Amino acid sequence: MNATAVTPPVRRQLQTPQPPASPFPYNPGSLLSVQDLSLEAVSHLLARATALENQDPLTRDRILLKRRVALLFYESSTRTRTSFELAAKSLGADTTLVSSLSSSIEKGETLKDTGLTLRALGAEAIILRHNSSGAPWLLEEATRLPILNAGDGMHEHPTQALLDLRTMLAHLRPGIESVTADTLSGVDVMIVGDILHSRVARSNMLLLPRLGAHVILCGPTQLLPDSAADAGPGISVERDFETALRKSQVVMMLRIQAERLAGMQIDLAQYKDAYQLTGQRLSAQAPEALVMHPGPIIRGLELTAGVADGAQSAILEQVRHGVAIRMAVVERALTTTGKGGRA
Amino acid sequence: MTAILIRNGHLIDPAAGVDAPRDILLKDGRVAEIAGPGKIKTANGAEVLDAAGLTVAPGLIDIHVHLREPGQAYKETIATGTAAAAAGGFTAVAAMPNTAPVNDSPEITRWMLAPERGASVRVYPIAAATRGSKGEAINDFAALKSAGAVAVTDDGHPILKDTIMRETLAAAARVGLSVIQHAEDTRMTNGASMNAGPVAFKLGLRGMPPEAESSLVERDIRLVTELRDPRVHLHVAHTSTAAAVAAVRKARRNGLRVTCEVAPHHFLLTEEHVGQYSTNAKMNPPLRSAADRDAMIEGILDGIVDAIATDHAPHATHEKEVEFENAPNGITGLETALGLCLRWLHREWKLPLGRVLSLLSAQPAALLGLRGRGTLAVGGFADVVVFDPKAEWTYHAKETRSKAHNTPFDGWTMQGKVRWTISEGRIAYSAPASTTA
Repeated sequence: MNATAVTPPVRRQLQTPQPPASPFPYNPGSLLSVQDLSLEAVSHLLARATALENQDPLTRDRILLKRRVALLFYESSTRTRTSFELAAKSLGADTTLVSSLSSSIEKGETLKDTGLTLRALGAEAIILRHNSSGAPWLLEEATRLPILNAGDGMHEHPTQALLDLRTMLAHLRPGIESVTADTLSGVDVMIVGDILHSRVARSNMLLLPRLGAHVILCGPTQLLPDSAADAGPGISVERDFETALRKSQVVMMLRIQAERLAGMQIDLAQYKDAYQLTGQRLSAQAPEALVMHPGPIIRGLELTAGVADGAQSAILEQVRHGVAIRMAVVERALTTTGKGGRA
Repeated sequence: MTAILIRNGHLIDPAAGVDAPRDILLKDGRVAEIAGPGKIKTANGAEVLDAAGLTVAPGLIDIHVHLREPGQAYKETIATGTAAAAAGGFTAVAAMPNTAPVNDSPEITRWMLAPERGASVRVYPIAAATRGSKGEAINDFAALKSAGAVAVTDDGHPILKDTIMRETLAAAARVGLSVIQHAEDTRMTNGASMNAGPVAFKLGLRGMPPEAESSLVERDIRLVTELRDPRVHLHVAHTSTAAAVAAVRKARRNGLRVTCEVAPHHFLLTEEHVGQYSTNAKMNPPLRSAADRDAMIEGILDGIVDAIATDHAPHATHEKEVEFENAPNGITGLETALGLCLRWLHREWKLPLGRVLSLLSAQPAALLGLRGRGTLAVGGFADVVVFDPKAEWTYHAKETRSKAHNTPFDGWTMQGKVRWTISEGRIAYSAPASTTA
């Protein structure tokens, strides 16, 4: 039926209750979302990442000597977990890993209780990866500890966006660490594939436009709703892969997240046909573009092995930047006192 | 039984067309006399309530609450839920059947009505439409009705099969019961925890499209149309989308007996109030877009909405302190409905006080055929709310009479403070002395 035909126009401009201001983050050391970081804070993290990377490991491990950092992982992880752990240990911190298998989480302990337990055990910060969007907010409210979001459901992965930024800057703006609202002006970054289920996509699309970049989202309707373009300024949707490719200086490929499809059927042959990054497409449409991927990559699906290992690929470089960025983020977590300031 | 004389108040009884100073004498649970100020001789031993400066109105009626008994007394009991109702000015509440076990039998219906439950106000059980609310086998509506059920629904487990819904509508009509549908095509809402749209996308949560509600409302209206039986009454619970209100509007123009209710949170809040995963902003149907919220306001102001109902859904604190997608749906509402309606519908959006009260008493009573309620006529039930319509106050969830604290309205400014709630001639709630002027 045609519902709109019988709906009278809204006659009034009414005053309505506004949503309350967010109380988050409670702890100034937390990194829950890229939106919590001012550009000054991003600049500071980038500068600290470089400084820490270049520091003598024997003095670097004095910075957080014997401080306690817990890694709480409800999902499997290779890159993020290892790089957070190496980062914290490089600064001298003691780390402990709690994963959902092999802990009381299996016995039904809630996130709140697990967080309070870790705090009672002396954890001064918790690095959380969780399969539910928003879990870091819950953990922060419960513990008031610095919480580092290492990926929450389909929501955000802020340290990934920071290491992606560092990778892009190294190629496109070498030597620049102090970022402003136009550092990436004129740069088009395309993110391709399973945007709907991707926390990497969300963190990048909310961070990069604040530095002047334009983010082009590309993928089929099933994996990329039109409303994604409304997530923030500087974001647009382009369904045609090759059109988007021609415009982009950075091409960020994403994996189809089989574990989050919730019954959705994807025709993989069709998907590859339309969206696989092949050597031929890359050389024809974007021969200069930087190819990125947050990993894990599925060779032969979203990109070919040749592209993954090719000269334009920055995939392993991203992993290296991850350790540096996470050193800076862990340092910030344990040394920040006032809101926005540092000890 | 004792008598109560309410003196010096201003009576607003929309169904009776009264908006004037009146004294009221209540005796033996019924309204004994209504007359001009000072006209009623003080009966022997009658308790006198001085309502000077206060509004006297028929007790409020909430046709959509979850009292959690039997089976979930840790969330709420009939005693605590009705105590909260009384504090909110309600003298009758209709209790949804999604209890444990589901209220799908005359035995459970009678158990809920037993005096041992300790209800402060009148409880009207709404029975399950199908066995166990599984949407397969229809219950014995005549038996449920004679046990005290006032309507049937599978609230929370919408009836998706056309054949079962058609049969439910027809069978309920034969015994004079309304069918209440929680309109949600659950095939479109699998794994979803908030409204579909840009906010859900940004928060990384799966969304419930508005069409999941409106398409089922449209399907139900089609079934009502096909039945061609004027006794059929479809009531759409907690309407939340513009398209659903539009469908109801069209059905009414076509002369069908299709009614709808709106909850305060759906005419006040939007999906933006989910904020950073606030589980007290998680309910089903979810908070919708601003355009949908505006359509709820519009529907109330222009009269297509038949009742305000709270969908009072208490949960234990620990149940809401979990990941957003794992948190149960629902918020409490009995203590905040009047204060929010007066603050927003009346003061802000200029809906006359009489119409606000009608949406909270006369209309819901008529909708479910609750005889002797929703108006103050001599011989009718002595269900009265006395409140200060001008008083502003702040709601504090920790002071609630409910067992549960899950409300997004904690700390909100309310207008209109309940002084007394009288249920069938007994004072069910009296404002603490410290809070009265």
